[in-house]
Amino acid sequence: MDQIPILKVGEFLLVSIQVDMHDRQALSLQDDLTTQVVKTRAKGVLIDISSLEIVDSFIGRMLGNMASITQVLGAHAVVVGMRPAVAITIVELGLSLTNVRTALNVDKGMALLRMQMNQEMNEGGHEPFEK
Amino acid sequence: MSPLRSETLPLRTDEDVLRVRQTVRVWMVEQTFNVVEQTMMVTATSELARNTVVYGGGGSARLELLADSGRQGIRVIFEDEGQGIPDIEQALKDGFTTGAGLGLGLGGSKRLVDEFEIESAAGKGTRVTITKWKKSHP
Repeated sequence: MDQIPILKVGEFLLVSIQVDMHDRQALSLQDDLTTQVVKTRAKGVLIDISSLEIVDSFIGRMLGNMASITQVLGAHAVVVGMRPAVAITIVELGLSLTNVRTALNVDKGMALLRMQMNQEMNEGGHEPFEK
Repeated sequence: MSPLRSETLPLRTDEDVLRVRQTVRVWMVEQTFNVVEQTMMVTATSELARNTVVYGGGGSARLELLADSGRQGIRVIFEDEGQGIPDIEQALKDGFTTGAGLGLGLGGSKRLVDEFEIESAAGKGTRVTITKWKKSHP
């Protein structure tokens, strides 16, 4: 089974989904990402879906889960690069992705993550517990 | 209306779901449906193919290429011999699920296509038929 690579870019993790995933692959990506967030102590995760031709309810749920898990682990997640046709389709499908932050592309997503990190530093909160 | 072309694919595994939605995509590209039409039909296909595998215990998808008074369409018929759906009206409502899903599969898919038919009887399986007609004239 092809594994989807998770790259470390500075203090962030970049997940670029380049293949049409079947459900088991999507679930294993969710597990891999959780492990990597803890292992690398990443402050943010960028999930690039610009190659995805569809986001159905299963993939949508997985994106939501990945965002929630990342948050629980004290980091932020941003989904970037959603295709316009995919955006139109998920709205019609009824998928709201309410807990998922999105940005137009990787650059904008990274800027959003940096902004959030700076904000937190100023507020002095939301750090994961040290082990 | 007999189809110009048809193909039946099995739906038993995750990989079969992938193959069916990729085949529908290829057909739609060949028939020059626009990207939004393609994305909607492929997404609906993915939802219903998954239902066939997960809830129907496996079955098949039959793809048909249609031509009707000058317009072109693609139809996909999902069939399984699973438990069937006891209350179709309830199953079409958003948020209804008997499994671990979001419950958007049936109702959501219906909104993505032009024609949607569902036949089901308890213990006799389910057949869902979706059709997308080409609106764009490139």
